[in-house]
Order: sequence, then structure tokens, then C-alpha cells
Amino acid sequence: MREWRYLLNGSSLALDAETCIGCGSCVEVCPHDVFLVEAGKARIRDRALCMECGACSRNCPVGALGVSSGVGCAAAIIAGKRGLASSGCGCSTDSSSSCC
Amino acid sequence: MTFTRVSAKSLLVDPSPLTVPNERYVTGFVESSGRLTPRIGTRLGIADIAGAWRVRLGIGRGRYRVRPGLYAVGAPTPASAVLVTANYKLSFDELRKRLSGIDAWIVVLDTKGVNVWCAAGKGSFGTKELVERLAKLSLKEVVAHRIIVLPQLAAPGVSAVEVATASGFRVVYGPVRAADLPAFLESGMKKDAAMRTVRFGLADRAVLGPLELVHAWPLAGAALALALLSALPFSGGFGSRLSAISSVLIGSVVLGSLGFPILLPALPFRSFALKGAALGTVWGLAGSILAAARPLGGVSLVLASSAIVSYLGLNFTGSSTYTCQTGTAREVKLGIPAMITAAALSVLAGGISAFSRY
Ligand code: SF4
Ligand code: SF4
Repeated sequence: MREWRYLLNGSSLALDAETCIGCGSCVEVCPHDVFLVEAGKARIRDRALCMECGACSRNCPVGALGVSSGVGCAAAIIAGKRGLASSGCGCSTDSSSSCC
Repeated sequence: MTFTRVSAKSLLVDPSPLTVPNERYVTGFVESSGRLTPRIGTRLGIADIAGAWRVRLGIGRGRYRVRPGLYAVGAPTPASAVLVTANYKLSFDELRKRLSGIDAWIVVLDTKGVNVWCAAGKGSFGTKELVERLAKLSLKEVVAHRIIVLPQLAAPGVSAVEVATASGFRVVYGPVRAADLPAFLESGMKKDAAMRTVRFGLADRAVLGPLELVHAWPLAGAALALALLSALPFSGGFGSRLSAISSVLIGSVVLGSLGFPILLPALPFRSFALKGAALGTVWGLAGSILAAARPLGGVSLVLASSAIVSYLGLNFTGSSTYTCQTGTAREVKLGIPAMITAAALSVLAGGISAFSRY
């Protein structure tokens, strides 16, 4: 299967292996298959696949994951810069597989 | 949307009391635990398919909604699975068409008519809405178990731990695609790596093109203005110059909207703006050769079409399934000034070319 890579993907993803209890939630929620659980601990398989969606950190029961998440959507970022209301990224969209 | 009054004890569809959407997808009612729940069909009709194309062209997307509440498919019992979805009708249709032969409860959240992934990113498909909706629907009286299945793409907005604490329901994240739901339910809620990963295949990308094109009309206007300028003066073949130049420029708007999504993985660079610039440059070069443009006119065409396709490419980050915010922010910061510069130079070159022999 094709693996999509983008600029600076995953640069803010941090995993605290000490705290991790190996529950596998991060594996269950990550849409880009970034994690593996091995010997009771999660491991970042390929950081460059991470799109910083925040699903893993929000669902880690022990707070072992951190990522600065936000929409990777140019229109939203431009709207945000121009101080427009809460960066609506034209986002009332679309096919079930896409954001914004 | 119109509403029909029904004489039911307690219908669990907003707004209570006793009104349900008189929509074609409601095919009847299911009685369970002394309550009536609207049953929805799993076959899409012509109106649903036409509606899907309408919103893909950007018409009435904000209004394409399903009333939040509890629905049934098949003949569910208190032991049946509970599937949660967004109230964007495209998401709802995508779910129900996969459920033929399955008995389940469907909880439709109020995500303001936004699809699952976007709504999760914005927080409207979030812990709070979910917990409140479950309480409002008294889901505990509908089912005997305490498990709810969410689309995996809702996970950025929902904390399974908080939902469990606040509602008593355990969240299981189902597959990314509703198409995998039957297999997922069949296997006792197990999913493999393929069910977990987002794809962004040719069809997924191609279907996004028309909407990009609809949004690109201001750019087409600007391209036409530039074409008018570059085709000056009004004498000696203005008409043919105008048609040649505007075909290249309008062509670049179409290419950036419809072609860019399709060509995405084949284009060089990781940056969407650079991918677009590369595609636009090639297009502009080919176009100026075919249009037999004058040298400065050719420079103007190449600059303009690379700026146009680059801008449209950058915009496509919003529709892609793998771009992150840090990278996109950097692209906007570096890319937009570069595009503005290229566009300004293009106008300059086009103007000089029009009033000289170059
Ligand atoms: S969700 Fe958290 S605790 Fe569970 S495996 Fe992943 S990092 Fe470890
Ligand atoms: S932020 Fe999203 S894409 Fe990145 S690792 Fe976490 S779940 Fe996966």
C-alpha cells in the first residue's frame, strides 16, 4: 500500500515510553499506522507518516503521547492569519475520506 | 425538510416531541423496549445519488443534513450493535448503504452537517456532543450492553476514556471506511491494518476535483483579466492572441483543480505548492510553444500558470488525507509570497510584451 509523506510530518509527535502501558489504543486510532506495540510498549514505526491529527494523544489513557495537532489545510491557515472567525476551512465537506 | 406528526410514545429523533423527518430514507418504525424508533432503508435512491453529486459540486453542502437522533436498521434488539455517525447526509448515506442485512442501532450526532473527520478535527464530533446525545436518547434503556462503535476517523475529537467515565459506554473505534463495517461486526469487532489506514487512491482524489474547480472561479476571472492585458493592443490579431493566451491560462485553472488531485503522487516534491509550481511550469511552457507566444509573453504565461497551479495545489492540502498543520503553515508562509511575486512579474511581463515586439 502506498504510504503518503508530506513536509515536516510527525515533527511534533512525542511518545513517553516510560509511561506507556502498551494498551494499543494508539494503534487502534491512528489513520496512518504510525505505531506498533512490541513487548508491552508502543513504538513509533514511522514518524514521517504522522499527519498530527491528535487522535492518538486524545485517546491514550495514560497521557504518554503528545502531538501538536491542527488542520493541515492551507485555506484554514490563511483564514486564521487574516483573523477570520475560527478558521472554517470551507470544511462543511465531503467524501468520507477527506477533511476540509 | 418536512415533518410528519406520528402518534408514538417517545420518538428519539430531534426535536422531541413526536416529530420525525418525513424523509425517504425512513422506511418505517421499530418497536423495542416500548419505544418507537424510525427505521432507515439501506438502499440509496436516485435523490440520494443526485444529492451526493450536488454537494460534490459545492451546492447546498451546509444544508445537506440528517436530523440527529436514534435510528434503526433491520430489526435491532437490545443486544444489537450501536453505530455512531455524523449528521452530514453524505456520511449517513455512506453508512446506511453498507448495512443491508444487518440489525443495528444508529446514533446520529449533531455535527452541524459536517463529515466525521472534519467534525472530529473541529470538535463538533466530540466527547461532549457524544456524551450529551447518549444521555438525551437514554441509550441505556435501548440496549442491554454498554458498547458503542464510532468511526475511527472520529478519534481526533473523542476521548474514549472520558466517554466511558461520563456515559458508562465503552467506545470501540470501527474501521475507517463504512464499507468494512460488515466484516468488522462479523469478526467480533476486530480490524486489521487495512481497515485502520486512510487511503487516498485515484478515485478518492478524482472525486474532489469538481469542488476544487467550483471554488477556483475567482482565479479564472483573474486569469482572464491577465489574458486581456497580454493580448493588447486591439489591433493585428487581438482576437486570436486573446483566445490562445486565455486557453493556456484558463487551462491552468482547470488543470490545477481537476488534474492536480489525480496527478498528485506522480508529481515531484513533497510540498504541494512545489508540486503545483512544477506542473504549472510544464503546462505554461507547452502552452506558450503551442500558442507561439512572443518571448516575454511566454515568460508571462509560464509565471502565471505556475502561480495558478501552485496556489490550487496548496489549497488541495485541505482535501488531502495526510498533510499536517506544521508543514502546511510553512508552505503558506513561503509559498503565498512567492506566488504573489510570480503573478506580479507575470502581469509586468505580459504588459511589456503587449506594448513591445517581445
Ligand atoms: S495509547 Fe498510550 S498507553 Fe496505550 S499503547 Fe499507545 S502510547 Fe501506550
Ligand atoms: S497524530 Fe494522528 S497520524 Fe499522528 S501518530 Fe497520532 S494518530 Fe497517527
